[in-house]
Amino acid sequence: MDGKFVGYTNEPQKLVNEIRTKRRDGTIHYQVNVAYHEHLDEVRILSDSGRVRRPLIIVENGKPKLTKEHIEKLKRGEIGWNDLVKNGVVEFLDSEEEENAYIALNENELTTEHTHLEFDPAVILGLSASFIPYPEFNRGDRVNYGAKMVGQSIGIFATNFLLRTDTKSNVMVYPTKPLVQTHVYSVIPYDKHPNGSNVVVAVASFDGYNMEDSIVINAGSLQKGLFWSYMYRTYEAEQKRYLGGQEDLIGIPEAGVRGYAGEDAYKHLSKDGIPYPETDLESDKVIIGRVSPLRFLGTMDRFITGFENIRETSVRLRHGDFGIVDRVFVTETVDGTKLIKVVVRDLKVPEIGDKFASRHGQKGVVGLVVPPEDMPFTESGIVPDIIFNPHGIPSRMTIGQLLEIIAGKVAAVTGDYINSPAFSPTPEKELRDILRKNGFRNDGKEIMYDGRTGKRFKSQIFIGSSFYQKLDHLVSNKIHARSRGPVTLLTKQPTEGRSKEGGLRLGEMEKDCLIAHGASLALKERFDSDKTTVSICSVCGLVAIQDKIKNKKVCPIDGEVKIKDIQMSYAFKLMLDELKSMLIYPKVVVGEE
Amino acid sequence: MSEQLQTDFELPTKLVEEVEEISREMKLNKEKLMEEVRKAYQQGRFEPGESIGIIAAQSISEPSTQMTMRTYHFAGIAGIKVTYGLPRLIEIFDAKKEPETPMMTIYLKKEYNNANDAAKLAENLVERKVLNLTKKISLNLNENSIEFEVTDKRKVDLICKVVKDNLKNVSVRAKEDKIIIVVKTEDVRELQKLKEKVLDLQIDGVRGIRNAIVRKEGEDWIINTIGTNLRDTLNIKEVDERRTYTNDIHETLAVFGIEAARNIIIREALKTMQEQALDVDIRYVMLAADIMTFGGDVSSIGRYGVAGAKTSILSRAAFEETIKHLVRASIRNEVDNLQGIFENVMIGQVVPAGTGMFELIVRPEE
Repeated sequence: MDGKFVGYTNEPQKLVNEIRTKRRDGTIHYQVNVAYHEHLDEVRILSDSGRVRRPLIIVENGKPKLTKEHIEKLKRGEIGWNDLVKNGVVEFLDSEEEENAYIALNENELTTEHTHLEFDPAVILGLSASFIPYPEFNRGDRVNYGAKMVGQSIGIFATNFLLRTDTKSNVMVYPTKPLVQTHVYSVIPYDKHPNGSNVVVAVASFDGYNMEDSIVINAGSLQKGLFWSYMYRTYEAEQKRYLGGQEDLIGIPEAGVRGYAGEDAYKHLSKDGIPYPETDLESDKVIIGRVSPLRFLGTMDRFITGFENIRETSVRLRHGDFGIVDRVFVTETVDGTKLIKVVVRDLKVPEIGDKFASRHGQKGVVGLVVPPEDMPFTESGIVPDIIFNPHGIPSRMTIGQLLEIIAGKVAAVTGDYINSPAFSPTPEKELRDILRKNGFRNDGKEIMYDGRTGKRFKSQIFIGSSFYQKLDHLVSNKIHARSRGPVTLLTKQPTEGRSKEGGLRLGEMEKDCLIAHGASLALKERFDSDKTTVSICSVCGLVAIQDKIKNKKVCPIDGEVKIKDIQMSYAFKLMLDELKSMLIYPKVVVGEE
Repeated sequence: MSEQLQTDFELPTKLVEEVEEISREMKLNKEKLMEEVRKAYQQGRFEPGESIGIIAAQSISEPSTQMTMRTYHFAGIAGIKVTYGLPRLIEIFDAKKEPETPMMTIYLKKEYNNANDAAKLAENLVERKVLNLTKKISLNLNENSIEFEVTDKRKVDLICKVVKDNLKNVSVRAKEDKIIIVVKTEDVRELQKLKEKVLDLQIDGVRGIRNAIVRKEGEDWIINTIGTNLRDTLNIKEVDERRTYTNDIHETLAVFGIEAARNIIIREALKTMQEQALDVDIRYVMLAADIMTFGGDVSSIGRYGVAGAKTSILSRAAFEETIKHLVRASIRNEVDNLQGIFENVMIGQVVPAGTGMFELIVRPEE
């Protein structure tokens, strides 16, 4: 039991059956699970915490214990879930006991051998896959991709987001509930956590601006607030105390402090070193001003007193970020030190390069934002929000998306939500009939006109309403370029990464391409970032010293001999140094000029 | 390169012959045609300073990235399992001692080039050991003998003869389909060992050939085998020794020599890539094969072969086994003359390739 040996039996199956019967009639607690492993000849009884368990309908002699009467009573509210568990209609299985169970997916496939029945075949899907309508009409991998992207969507992740200080979070401004839903939308409090918006989608091409999976988006919709979101980022600073009574000081650093960045950097701060809410901030500017005592005292620093013995340790806005101060928290840590948290908000209006996705694994990046007057329109004057390229359909076979567009159109026409969970969808025929009754073509196509010329398109265009998500891959958080910039201390080569204003690496294989083109000088220039001049002794071949007082170059071994200046990459010089540290003598032989 | 070197070269004999033939057939001016061919030929040559090695490497490796990592799938011919795609290509360029699926393609001489002879030969090619012909085997510890029953009665005499020829100190008796081998030792372990030895004896066929399948290709009847033994196969009288080949590079090297090995590398590498519908120019593969074989031996492209034989310490150290090369160089007081490409990239100088290859030479006296 729970991993411990408590006893043995000669009739394991009988024991297991007895425990199960007692659990079902309530003698043993319903959270206890028991399993008989035949190959190990072990009975395992589990009652500890941390096991994932799932509910199933108990089946006896091929008949589920959940009867029509139960369902009627449940509907009338006379009994609840707990009554089902108590009466042995439903039980929870953990992963071990599941090994002993034979579970039917549908009621009509029950045999006498079955022990349990699923509530619904759709439970084979996880939470995020359950969000997808018509999943059985898509290829399996698309459902998988779709489920992954549901997790990346921007919506309202928590209703108390204004009180939270998450390091980074995104909140959509005006999300909507999808018109085409599945059962999970009513099971979980989805009303409070929507993750996208319903848009009118036209499946068409638009001058090639939606090729290769990109999408064309209506500028008018964006101006009305479609897919706006805020990115919140929290910056924090602590006023730490150190040994010896010294402590940090939050405030505007005085000029002259080590690392003082100039008046301009502190212009957003109020007197106490913290900005007021609604202050407009720029990249790399100070958000929280702070000075710290020097921690590693050098030989000279010991004698310096006053403010020169402190160092600037302000918190700055991340490189490449902009924003407005949303909230400022002044509080204390557990240790009683002062703690400042500043939440910065930045409005993210969709722009070219932002990533969007439907629920069917159809992702794409905005390729063009088109003014509403240039967008195609239907006879009734409907203008799509998004134009999705038809080339995304044939190879990926996401029929579910097409059905969703039709179903969305039906929902918009009738005003009712469409419920289409996995394996029990609203039938296509039904949708088509409703469309026809309401004066539309039953295939969802409509005659459309070009907004720029007013001419009718030769072919009719499939248009309807679909749910789209804005994914947390926004260009404004990724855009990056550099010409000159910071270098790393060790190698003197450019830094790496956007947050450090890094360079873009020309790697090994790219280097080979330059060689293959014979562009030797371009190659040299590209790899010149860490070029240095090194003085080399012509006798011993090691690095010489430049004596600045005498203005002479001297070799520490051979003295005043012929010393030559050589140009090489700093990384190579570093390697020579490292070889020396490994007791390998790298002698540089310098030829004649 | 001087002006003279650029214009003074001889066209390959084969090309010259072809030009002569065509000019004769079509009644063209031979000199004029030759001049045009020379021009075209010269244009086809690479220019001084062109990094053909890198271009060849890229031209082979870029399409290779598209190859699937699938090792096995069934070839069109009667269910022979063959190494394909990237694993086979790696096998070739790594110069592995034995291919994962050694295979021979056997052509037949004109007089035997028919279905009957091919089928007969294919059957006789497959190696058969005593093991393959045995129904039942047992050790008789009372008489210190090994008894076994043979599946085919007609082979009894043959097996007896083979056993007699190959084993000393034994007496062999045959009784209908039973063969009894009496040994003079008392040691049971020795008896066991002997049993293994007997079972492993080759009765007929060619050693090392596990399977043979007849196939018709155009006019020819071809035998594809799994397992190779080129030397013994070529001694069979029906086999056309001019066309028969194996995919084992090292075996080809041993039987035919280095030029043949080079040809096998080219043929196999190209075949592997063409199977995957990758169009790689033969000259790139030829260059790779030349590099692998120019030392008179087949060396791999890698740490222990071509890359390990580079003169520059720095470029070897940068490739693989850094410490080994640096320590060795320091012990032996080696000098890196910084004449290769990689070393110069490392120290940040102009690489001696392409435009960086040339220097201006001034001769004041002229």
